[in-house]
Amino acid sequence: MNLLDGLGDTILISVSSVVLGTILGVFVGLAMTYGQRWLRFIVRLYIDFLRGTPVFVLILACFYILSVVGVDLTAFQAGVLALTLFCSSHVGEIVRGALSAIAVGQTEAAKSIGLTFMQTFVYVLLPQALRQILPTWVNTATEIVKASTLLSIIGVVELLLATQQVIARTYLSLEFYLFAGFVYFLLNFVIEQAGRAVERRISIP
Amino acid sequence: MSPILTISGLHKSFGELEVLKGINLTMQQGDVVSLIGSSGSGKTTLLRCVNLLEDFEKGSIELAGQKIGYREDGAGQRRRLPEREVARQRSMTGMAFQQFNLFPHMTAIRNVMLGLIKTKNMPKDEAREVAQKWLERVGMAARSDHYPGQLSGGQQQRVAIARAIAMNPQIMLFDEVTSALDPELVAEVLAVVRDLAVEGMTMLLVTHEMRFARDVSTKVVFMHQGRIHEEGTPDEIFGAPKTERLQGFLANSEI
Repeated sequence: MNLLDGLGDTILISVSSVVLGTILGVFVGLAMTYGQRWLRFIVRLYIDFLRGTPVFVLILACFYILSVVGVDLTAFQAGVLALTLFCSSHVGEIVRGALSAIAVGQTEAAKSIGLTFMQTFVYVLLPQALRQILPTWVNTATEIVKASTLLSIIGVVELLLATQQVIARTYLSLEFYLFAGFVYFLLNFVIEQAGRAVERRISIP
Repeated sequence: MSPILTISGLHKSFGELEVLKGINLTMQQGDVVSLIGSSGSGKTTLLRCVNLLEDFEKGSIELAGQKIGYREDGAGQRRRLPEREVARQRSMTGMAFQQFNLFPHMTAIRNVMLGLIKTKNMPKDEAREVAQKWLERVGMAARSDHYPGQLSGGQQQRVAIARAIAMNPQIMLFDEVTSALDPELVAEVLAVVRDLAVEGMTMLLVTHEMRFARDVSTKVVFMHQGRIHEEGTPDEIFGAPKTERLQGFLANSEI
């Protein structure tokens, strides 16, 4: 049941990275949109650095460099950290784009009926931004599922490494690689369909 | 009777550019004041200052006897009031915008209810009743469950006016509410504004509809280059303009 465990790990890695990365990413996007100049500058560096670095390198960095400076993470934790950072930079950029695409008149109208900044954000801006974000965000989620295969290089037995282990025993490489490929396709297919269904549900008439 | 709105010595600059150069204006309860003038004369900026959508550097605005936006600390320093206080004061004025600015993800009635629930802390049922009443007043009761995208510009603007006025403001501000509308939709919106004026709502409006301004206003203010250039009753302003500038402006506007 090695493969099932691997699949379980792949799902666990993907879900936790996407959830944590999205939460972090929303703050990154908020900072980019409403932050002071210095904060925007720092966050811009953060985004550019993470987006300009291959995920592969991020994973190695989180695993090896952190342990050098005394932070000891398991391979699993280091991998999730790397994917979370990667995800947050993408989500941050998407959130910033969506928020700045909302007409300034929306904020002014909200203010004019006496809403505070927080209320304006929660009831007026966020619901509009989320609708805008959803398609791109689903795309990011599928990217993360695919990127989770890279955790195999630091020894996390996710679906890909589990498959390779089975192949090492059985020598049925074609069959099992095809099978693994099909499972990844299925995962992302489900994510995309779910995303489309949600999109249809919440679309504004 | 103490005035509802007192603007004194109001100055406002965008960087180097001074757009308001000392505005003084007083309004009593029930006054309908129209601001006219060419674009860039500061009309809209003045309106936005009253709603605290713009900061201003000098002067003061008093709303129902209360200075808004700023206070002076012990050392005589002018400080902006905290966000929450500004939000509360803002809800004492209602604003209708040129671009309507309805919230596209909410139905007409939800648009009207939002401020009632969140700012006025009204229970949902009561908010729904109040919202429905106002939608009825602007002739939109039948469309209360429509989204803004399903409404015409004129209908959207009527909902937007209902949203502002449902907050029961001391004064309504109208910022060129018909400028973004197709000509055949202008009348339905002006009819709503006229109704409110007739019923004694205190209103300050920026408009390019000269005939309308003449009809509904108790006072007309002609602005030019950040100053009040001439003011008076509609008959004085449109019938016997004194300054050359106003004569020139009126000659170029359709009456």
